[in-house]
This record gives sequence, C-alpha cells and structure tokens, in this order.
Amino acid sequence: MGRRPSGAAAITIANEMTFQWDWGFAFQALPSLLRGLVFTLEATFFGSLLAFTLGLVWAVVRLAEVPVASQVIRLWVEFLRGTPLLIQLYFLFFIFPSYGVTLPALETGILGLGIYFSAYASEVYRAGIEGVPRGQWEAALALGLPLRRMWGRIVLPQAMRFAVPVFGNYVIGMFKESAILSTISVLELIGQANIVSAETARYVEPLTMAALIFLVISYPAARLVRLLEARLSAG
Amino acid sequence: MSFLFLDEPAAPALSDYLPLLLQGVPVTLEATFVSMVLVVASGFAFGLGRSSKTRFLRLPAGFAVEVLRGSSAIAQLFWAFYVLPYFGVELAPFVAGVAVLGLNGGAYFSEVVRAAFASVPKGQTEAAIALNLSAWFRLRRIILPQALPLMVPPFGNALIDMLKFTALLSLVTIQELAYRADAIRSVLAEAGPVYGIALLLYFAMSLSFAAIVQQLERLANRWAGRPDSRTRGQRARTSAVPRWAFPGR
Amino acid sequence: MLDSDVQPPDVTRSSTGSTLLRMRDLTMRYGSRTVIDSLSLDVKPAEKLAIIGPSGSGKTTILRLAMGLERPSAGTIWIDGQYLWHVERNGATIPAGDSQARRARRAVGMVFQQFNLFPHMTALQNVAEPLVHVLHMSRKDARERAVDLLSRVGLSTHLDHRPAQMSGGQQQRVAIARSLALRPKLMLFDEVTSALDPELVGEVLRVIRDLAHTTSMAMMIVTHEITFAGDIADRVVVFDHGRIVEEGAPEVVLRRPQSPRTQQFLKAILER
Repeated sequence: MGRRPSGAAAITIANEMTFQWDWGFAFQALPSLLRGLVFTLEATFFGSLLAFTLGLVWAVVRLAEVPVASQVIRLWVEFLRGTPLLIQLYFLFFIFPSYGVTLPALETGILGLGIYFSAYASEVYRAGIEGVPRGQWEAALALGLPLRRMWGRIVLPQAMRFAVPVFGNYVIGMFKESAILSTISVLELIGQANIVSAETARYVEPLTMAALIFLVISYPAARLVRLLEARLSAG
Repeated sequence: MSFLFLDEPAAPALSDYLPLLLQGVPVTLEATFVSMVLVVASGFAFGLGRSSKTRFLRLPAGFAVEVLRGSSAIAQLFWAFYVLPYFGVELAPFVAGVAVLGLNGGAYFSEVVRAAFASVPKGQTEAAIALNLSAWFRLRRIILPQALPLMVPPFGNALIDMLKFTALLSLVTIQELAYRADAIRSVLAEAGPVYGIALLLYFAMSLSFAAIVQQLERLANRWAGRPDSRTRGQRARTSAVPRWAFPGR
Repeated sequence: MLDSDVQPPDVTRSSTGSTLLRMRDLTMRYGSRTVIDSLSLDVKPAEKLAIIGPSGSGKTTILRLAMGLERPSAGTIWIDGQYLWHVERNGATIPAGDSQARRARRAVGMVFQQFNLFPHMTALQNVAEPLVHVLHMSRKDARERAVDLLSRVGLSTHLDHRPAQMSGGQQQRVAIARSLALRPKLMLFDEVTSALDPELVGEVLRVIRDLAHTTSMAMMIVTHEITFAGDIADRVVVFDHGRIVEEGAPEVVLRRPQSPRTQQFLKAILER
C-alpha cells in the first residue's frame, strides 16, 4: 500500500509543476492492473457462488421457523449485515493462523465476501419465496404434488424471477467491494495499483486507471442487469 | 515459570487496551453522522436533479450518479487521498474521507429520493395546480411531506451502511474504531479477540440505529397522516409460505 | 341556505360579455391517439353544463384542458378575459407558457374523482392553506372562511380530522369546500361520485345541487348520474370519440335525443 506523500512534498509538487498525465506510464501500468483484475474476477465469481448457496441455507432455516435455530440464524444474518466487511475479513485473516490453519489470502477473501453477501442473499431469497402467492402452494397441494416438486417446479422458479435481477446487482456490488481484499494483501486490481504507485511514486495514473477499469466493467454490467430485470418482470 | 523471563516485560493484555479501543467509538459515530448529512444533502440534490424536467439539470446529475456508483468506495477513497493532492486539492484526512463517503452514499440515496417523489400520487400535483398554488409551495408543503415517510426505511439502511463504511476510513489514517483495532492487533499476540470485540461494538451500534430508525418511521408516518401500518403487539403470521411446506413440521 | 359570501361578483362587471369559457378547435393527441378532435365549446357565466358520454370519449380530458392541467395539441382556450396558453400582442395571439396559464387559471376550480385531498393536513388546513398562500389572506381570516365553508358542506364537526379519518363522501365534500374557497367563476366536477360507495353519493350530490341553486358560479359537470344531470343542468352536452354529438336542453337531449349515438348511450346506461 502506498504511503501518502508528506504535506510539504505535496504542496511543493503542486507549486512546482502543473500535473502532467503520462499516458505512456498509464499504459505501462496496464498489464499489472489487468493481472490484478483476474484476481478481482476470481474473487467475485467464487464469492458469489458461496453467497448464493449459503444464502439459501439461511433463508430456508428462517422460513421453516425452527424453534431455536431460526432465531439464531436471524441474529447471525443481522450481525453479518450490521458489521463492516473489513473487520470481518480481518477477523478471518488473523483468526485462522491462531488455530494453525493457513488459508491463502485470496481464499480467505473469497470466504469473507461469500459469508458477508450470503446474509444479503438470504434476505432476497426470503423476499422472493414469500412473494409467491399462497394460492400457488394451495393449488400445488390440491394437485397432489410432492413437496420436492412444489419447491422445485412451482415455488423456487417464481421466487427466482424476483431474485435474479437483485442477485445481478449483488454480483456487481461484490465486484466493486472486492477492492477491500487489498487490505489483506490480495493483489487484486486496487492492490496492484497501490504496488505500482509505491514502486514508481506516481499515484495518479494507476489509481485512476483502476477506477476507470471498475467503471468500464460495472456500468455495462449494470445496464445488462436492468435489461434482465425488465425482461423478467414483463414475462 | 515467570522467573525465567524476569527481563522480559509482561505480555500486553487486551484489557489494557480496551479503553483505547472504545475511544474509537465516538470517532466512528462522528464520521457516520457527518457523512450522513452529506448523503442526505447530495442525495436530494442528485435526486431532484434527476427528476427535473430540464436536461440541463437532469443529465449532469445522472452522469455524476453513474460515475460515483460505478466505482468502488475504496477506489474513490484512495483516489481522493492520494491523487487529489496532485491536482492541488489538499484536504484533511477526515474531510476527504467524509466527503467521499458522503458523495458516494448520496449517489445511491438519490435513487431513493427520486423513487419516493415519483410515488406521491399525481393527483396531489394536479390538485395543487388546480388550486393555483405555486410550484415552490407545492414541492415544499405538499409533495415533500408525502415523500418523506417513504424515504425513512432506506435511510435507515443507508445509515447502517455508512456505519460500516467508516471502517474504510481506517485505511486513510483516520483513527476510528477499525484503525484502533488494527493498531492494537499489531501489538498483541492474539489477533482474533480484538476484532471480535470490534465486531460486537459495531453490532451494538447498528442495532441501536435500527431501533431509532424504526421510531422515526413511526413518527414520519403519523406526520404524513398515514395510519400505523404495524399496530403494536400484532405479529400476524401472514406469510405466504404455509407451515406444511417444510418436511417434519 | 343562502350565503352571500359565496356569490361571485356581479356578472356584468366581468369583461367577458356573455361568455365565460371559450374553447375553439381544440385537438388533443396522445402519441397516435386523438382524444379530442377539433372541438369547440362555450360556457356562459352562471351556466350549469352537464357532460355525459361513454368512457374514453374525452369528457375528462376536456375538463383537464379547461383547468389548464394539460396543454392542447391545437386550438385555443379563453377564460374570463385571458387565454390559457396564449398571449395577445399587437393584435396577434402567440403561444405562451406556464406563467400565463397560472394567471388564467385563477377563474377556474376543479373537484377530482379521487378527491386529492392533502393527507398530511386536516380538513381545516386543506381549505385554509390555499387561502393563505394564493389569496394572501391572514391566517385568522382564512380560518374563519374555511370554517364557514366546511359548515356549509355539513362538516363543521370534522374540522380537525385528517382525510384518513373520513369517509369518501366526507372527503369529497372537503374537496368541494377547498375549491370553493378560492371563489372560482367556473367550477369543474370530474365524475366526483364515481369513486364513492353508493350510499355516500347522495350527500355529495346534495352539496352540488345546493351550489347550483345558490351561487352564480358556472359549472361543468362530467357525470354518470344522468337523472341528477338532468335536474340541475341548463344544458347537456354528449361526447363521443372526442367530439360533441349532441347538445341542448336536458329535456330534449335526455328524453328525445336526436343523435343515434346518444340514443345508444342512454339506452345502455339506463338499462343497468
């Protein structure tokens, strides 16, 4: 992580030269940044997988209203949503070595992202499932469908209609949040940008390019999700 | 066995550092509240701008919102902290941090503002026009009071999100709770417990915020002339999911 | 129950001569749909006009145009000495904007199907606030007038109630009082009883009937209550597909309609 230039140095720089954006350097930094992007995408992908799987587990336990477990899960979800991801990551990162487990930084990051977002995913699952009208359940029962079919063929498909666009937005959110992995020394996009900055003492280009890369990926992705949402709600 | 280590100072204990950790709480709260003021202000500015009929207001507001939402808050924080000085903008850490969080949060909140205003029935605007009330009066005394209650629950979420975001400020040298937890961790042998306690402190704060917001919601609904949607003590099991949907129940 | 307070100034003092509202060659298009087709309509001061016709015939649209809530695609609207969407310069009429509309709207009031009361204000405040902010009355005078008007519509015991605490009929009566307070020369009623439960319709019609007999306000009433329309109207206008297909005295239009369209419509509606 780069060090902040001291106040005096910053003012001197500002006074002595008008800042010149160096395109050459910006493009030189690009390969490193793109290497970091790979880790960002990896973290997003596996984190999402974990989040959407765990989220369903939490949601089902809560919906089933199991006497103790449901309350515990409710508190657990509130806890995950009510505390900073950063601290959760630190906790995971530093707690494992204490018990002799060495989990690499990226895997820890994926675990952290996945667990954190699973709390949000569980709320979306719950809303989606609760959104399926009672009448659907009753019709399925009247038709004599077994429970598994009820869930698999009737309820979950309708719940997912609602959930998928929201999940799309969560994936994009996770993509952006993955920058936080740089704090536990994962060399993803921002981490790489900071390394380049520290090595070359040029801060502007790497960080700006990184921010641009984020924008270039997340903006079209957001439009796509909105399109998906329109498609799903119309059908 | 301690006589073997007479020369060594006693290992620092977590309890010694607890007060130091707790001193981070006011800083966290301060950062949260100041940022939220900016979130609401910029949220309204962006939200009203995007709802405006004139393109001159609508397009720049829309652009600002997309840019702010498009990149991550961390990237923006680092950018404000390391890059802005090169453009001659030298901000104090707290100011820079709060400004970034506030604007970023405001970009998200603007959608809440816009949606709330759009939810006010069109008939209210028409009645105001028919009564020849000025556009300013209409906005201030008719539309806004009705849009406000709709904004309270998302505001509550934004508040708790902001609480969590303040932890990022630790990355830019602001000494709130997360920063102190970090500092203490680097001194102690056992890292886990510090963060565990920090997590519990954050949890306590977010639960308190949630309770306060719930009261605010009730107040806002009453002020806007809506009957209370949740009567006290009534937790009707109106869930769509039937009891028998789960095997074994 | 005469209230001299509610009578508008002497008709002959207005600059309109014998016409209060003049709509000429009005056309209203929404995209490819033409809702009002080259329509002309006049309303005289103190005249009570009933507008009937099938849904989608443009009845509500014509009221909204008269109120200035929407701008016509073509044509002119002239109210009590001013154009709604035009100004006269050097003898020519040129298009104008919202501020001109605001000036011209002063003479018109409207009661909506959905009442559109301000939910965060009490009945009293709903009526008094426009008086303070539009007529610039003092709070004391506004309050007095509001109390007077609300009593007139039979709601003196509901002054501090919010809309959520009142029935539909009560809310609509507050809405009428609210519009009445600004002393419009022309009052528009847009299917004001259509959203009410049947047993509440009567109390609102009673108020309108009272207004028709005791004030010299002109009225344009869009309604499905044919009998009521026949009772209080001086003239009945029948709309269909954005055009006027028939107009005349109520006895003629409702009992011996000339146009086949009118006959069809009346047959359908009276057979319910």
